[in-house]
Amino acid sequence: MSDLLTINDIGVSYGNIKALQHVSMHVAEGDIVCLIGANGAGKSTLLKSIVGQEPLVSGSISYKGEPIADSEWPHHKRITTDKIAAKGISLVPEGRRVFSGMTVEENLDMGAFLVDDERVIQKRKEEMYDFFPILGARRKQKTRSLSGGEQQMMAISRALMSDPKLLLLDEPGLGLAPLVVRDIFDKIKLINEERKVTVFVVEQNARMALKYSTNGYVMENGKIVLADKSSELLANERVKSAYLGG
Amino acid sequence: MFNFIILIFIYTAIYSLLAMGQNVITGYTGMLSLCQAGFFAIGSYATALLSVKCGWNFWATLPVSIGLSALFGLLIGLPTLRLKGDYLCIATLGFGEIVRNILINWMSLTNGPNGVQRIPMVKIFGFAINPRSRNWQYLIFCVIWVLVCYLLFERLARSRMGRAMEAIREDEIAAASNGINVTKYKVAAFMLGAGVAGLAGSLQAELILSVMPSTYTFMLSVMVLCMVVLGGMGNFKAVIFGAFIIEVIDYLPKMLGLTSVLPPQFKQILFGLILVVMMICRPQGILGRQNNAFKRPREAAK
Repeated sequence: MSDLLTINDIGVSYGNIKALQHVSMHVAEGDIVCLIGANGAGKSTLLKSIVGQEPLVSGSISYKGEPIADSEWPHHKRITTDKIAAKGISLVPEGRRVFSGMTVEENLDMGAFLVDDERVIQKRKEEMYDFFPILGARRKQKTRSLSGGEQQMMAISRALMSDPKLLLLDEPGLGLAPLVVRDIFDKIKLINEERKVTVFVVEQNARMALKYSTNGYVMENGKIVLADKSSELLANERVKSAYLGG
Repeated sequence: MFNFIILIFIYTAIYSLLAMGQNVITGYTGMLSLCQAGFFAIGSYATALLSVKCGWNFWATLPVSIGLSALFGLLIGLPTLRLKGDYLCIATLGFGEIVRNILINWMSLTNGPNGVQRIPMVKIFGFAINPRSRNWQYLIFCVIWVLVCYLLFERLARSRMGRAMEAIREDEIAAASNGINVTKYKVAAFMLGAGVAGLAGSLQAELILSVMPSTYTFMLSVMVLCMVVLGGMGNFKAVIFGAFIIEVIDYLPKMLGLTSVLPPQFKQILFGLILVVMMICRPQGILGRQNNAFKRPREAAK
């Protein structure tokens, strides 16, 4: 299948510190691709650079064959996050980042900021409430009163309100109980299969991420050190000893 | 005494406009700005200079005053957008002081510290409103402006733009990844806040009938911020209420004849105290944030 997202030899720096070096990745349409790695490996930085939050110092990123970030571009020519979102890339940021002062319903409304048709918004909201019944039950509640898992579900459904082609997830399992993490990954798989959304997930919980994904990448110190089918990576000795606890 | 009370209400009205502008910038979009005094001054001087030097009437100077303030809002907004929190606060503070210093030092245009005197009164259909002898008329005039702005801002709060601003305040990255153009709405908030401060400036110039740089100090910006925090951030009714309370406190020593007893710094101490006590006891303000049930116009019309 064709590449939906191509990351071509990119580098990102924070001052003198090189956060990413020569990172190349391919996300094919319909896949669930995961990126695993330890704290500070540069996983979140990679996601930030995809959505235009971090400028590239080298390389380029293209989506559907069209460049969305390039180190050659001067500052004013860079495509901003909202424009990238409008192209069909939706990010679920790390730590959920819900609009905590708003209700669940208002959060979903915000997710549909780019959708003009009121009926479409209503329909999608109902779909989301069917998909995550707990959100339907809590639709009038302020988001800050939800549990961590519920907030994560809300962040995911908010990202889906714009009907994206590519869903980027930054550590969806962060700080959640193992059972809840499994629940979230089950839903991610459903989203991928039923809604035909390509998923790119960044996760520290390597076992879970590899189990649910088709392809995987392993990142260490800002570099991609392994790239393979997820099933192969699960059996890989190096991955086993470093990320799966032997 | 009656005149004095009316004067307090007139000031409440003028400061309500400033506070509503501050509310758009701080209460809705979440940017801590401290330069309402600067925009206020630009509005005042636009009306004063155009009517005295060029002989324009008030109604012709008004769009210029609002437009010029909004333009400065754009100019200050664009470069400072990347700054957050304390840094933005310091940059805007600097802008307010720069405006005041230019007004003091540009002798040929602004007449320096002496300011501009003998500003012609506002005329409505040929009738002049004398803010001194018939100040209740001027009060009505100001209240109408406050009402107009209040209704416009309430409408804004429930619009797409208002929602976008609230989302930016809650979380910038999440807002951007939902397709909200953060830069655009931040600049828009700055321009709106500045524009309404310009309007307030014009009303101030027509109230005193003269303008002086010493009116537009940093303390004024702090007072406006106090009004917003005291009343309740993100609630336009509350900031008008906050403006009223602050104005009453401001004139309390004069009203009670205590000016000889209380030191002139009394007000500053009290405002500081109010901010601290509010932050500890009721950080959401007296009335708290307003809950805007987001209704799209089409949905509301159904």
